[in-house]
Amino acid sequence: MTPGPARRLIPAYLVTGGRSRPAGPALDRLAVLVRTDAHVPDDAGTQARRLCDLLEPGALTVVECAAHLDLPVSATVFLATDLAATGLLLTRPPIPSAGQIDRSLVERLLVGLRSLP
Amino acid sequence: MDSAPSPDRTGVGYLPSAARTLMKLVVTGPFGVGKTTLIRTLSEIATLHTEEAMTQSSTRIDSTAGLPEKTTTTVAIDFGRLTVHDDLVLYMFGTPGQERFLPLWEDIARGALGALVLVDTRRLADSFAVMDMVEEQGLPYAVAVNRFPDAPAHSDEVLRKHLDLDDTTPLVQCDARERRGSIDALIALAEHALTRMPQPEDAS
Repeated sequence: MTPGPARRLIPAYLVTGGRSRPAGPALDRLAVLVRTDAHVPDDAGTQARRLCDLLEPGALTVVECAAHLDLPVSATVFLATDLAATGLLLTRPPIPSAGQIDRSLVERLLVGLRSLP
Repeated sequence: MDSAPSPDRTGVGYLPSAARTLMKLVVTGPFGVGKTTLIRTLSEIATLHTEEAMTQSSTRIDSTAGLPEKTTTTVAIDFGRLTVHDDLVLYMFGTPGQERFLPLWEDIARGALGALVLVDTRRLADSFAVMDMVEEQGLPYAVAVNRFPDAPAHSDEVLRKHLDLDDTTPLVQCDARERRGSIDALIALAEHALTRMPQPEDAS
């Protein structure tokens, strides 16, 4: 951890339009965000447009998007949830099937770690 | 010669398209123990950070109103990413070990494989509170001694005794700047996490 820079964060309400909950189930900070082919509407907000632009070349997790856009994770969750609802983004949970870490996953992780260069 | 244009000219480091499973672990420990160094050593992307807001009741009294102040502070959480298989990606979050960060800690640790607790032999006691916190969370953890060049070397036995480690808790010594040892620390944590998971049902 490093001490935070002396910079004002963008207040979350400017991104969320004053709402305290996103319009859907909360996304994990490791949920994967993928841009669809849908056209970004002309009246899209600045932050929504920035997120769509960021994801144009490839997929990233919520937390990576937050870091690249200098937005709080919670605000990024809002944005992504809205953009998914309007078809501009697809979201995918970090762990596909049961949504939980199980033995087979950890075993695969170990095989992978042991074979890293 | 100009470098050829690539689809990722921004250096963002997009996810491999095959990535299907994303796991995370927490790298924790006192200030200056080398959390970010270890993450930087292992991460395939430039380490990133998010600004996380924390609301806390301050013990300070607002002199004008005579009421306890509620302050919102931000803390930067560093993280990195390591693709372990084509389809399996591990995220490492450097999380401060102080009790006052507990709500943030819980949020980041939820669903995590476990925690790697970094220790500096010159100030072992600084890690006690962190280990207590991780234990209270019920998160599997391994202890990694970050060997600073000017820090005294101790045997595992001595360190275990001074850290009051349970026999089953892994202890590794590494240099957070060095990749092999840092990977070994992750392996020790993953092996330990596996032992704490329920055995599969007998198929017979």
